[in-house]
Amino acid sequence: MELANIEQLIEKYFEATTTVQEEQELQAYFSQDNVAPHLQEYLPMFQYFTDLKTEKSTRNVPLQPRKNYLKWISVAAVFILTTSLFFNEWRKQEEAKQAFSDFKMAMSLVSENFNTGASHINYLTQFEETTNKIFITRNN
Amino acid sequence: MKQAEFLRTVLPFKDKLYRLAKRLLVSNEEAEDATQEVLMKLWSKKSKIEAYNNVEAFAMTMTKNYCLDKLKSKQASNLKLVHSNYKDENTSLQREVELKDSVSFVHEIMEQLPEQQKIIIQLRDVEQYDFEEIAKVVNMNPTAIRVALSRARKYIRQELVKKHNYGVS
Repeated sequence: MELANIEQLIEKYFEATTTVQEEQELQAYFSQDNVAPHLQEYLPMFQYFTDLKTEKSTRNVPLQPRKNYLKWISVAAVFILTTSLFFNEWRKQEEAKQAFSDFKMAMSLVSENFNTGASHINYLTQFEETTNKIFITRNN
Repeated sequence: MKQAEFLRTVLPFKDKLYRLAKRLLVSNEEAEDATQEVLMKLWSKKSKIEAYNNVEAFAMTMTKNYCLDKLKSKQASNLKLVHSNYKDENTSLQREVELKDSVSFVHEIMEQLPEQQKIIIQLRDVEQYDFEEIAKVVNMNPTAIRVALSRARKYIRQELVKKHNYGVS
């Protein structure tokens, strides 16, 4: 494109009456190597705009919001809480059963020993019988 | 709307959102945050997306509003954040150092522009939107946009010429 045209476009550019196509032409002119010396002062401006176009966002978009994650954590927490409560309750019952059976065993041991002790009491009647015999003979 | 479909609508202009956010917020990190925030908001409203006839303009408006809010809250707080990533490593220009210097000088000039003009310059000179599209984003009539754009471009030229004449760095 000839120089006069470019100069005209620059004038229009600063009045902001250029179209998008014309501005693209200007940017194309300023990104090539032989820019006319008296137009050099505009070079940094167009260079800057061209550079800006290459900027890119590097971060990815995390589309799954954290809400979902929190929901599942609470579900897991409730599950753990209830199972541990039930388990505790069940263990308490087991402990009580165990204590009861221990007690039963101890008591049956006591009663068994008591019974063997009580069987010896029968010999006491023997004493009475013999003494009765003795006293009876003397009284007769 | 499925995730893949959403990504197909959103990804073509994701970088545009990022660049607009970066123009306003300066910092790479904050611009990334803003982009992410806007896309998350869009995703949460995905059921309504079909109703908007221009998702891109809508997203750009959201980004603009988000960034302006951010800037406002930053000014309100006592903390002043200084961003030092003026030189952008991403730009791959094989030109001489001097040119690089004056290009970053344009960046400094851009920083001095009011937000509205920054947005318009970004949309027009970088994203090459036409005036109707810009009007949707900034909510101004095309004539006012033309005036603001002309003013911003002339300001950049004036500062560049000043530097050119006095060699101020």
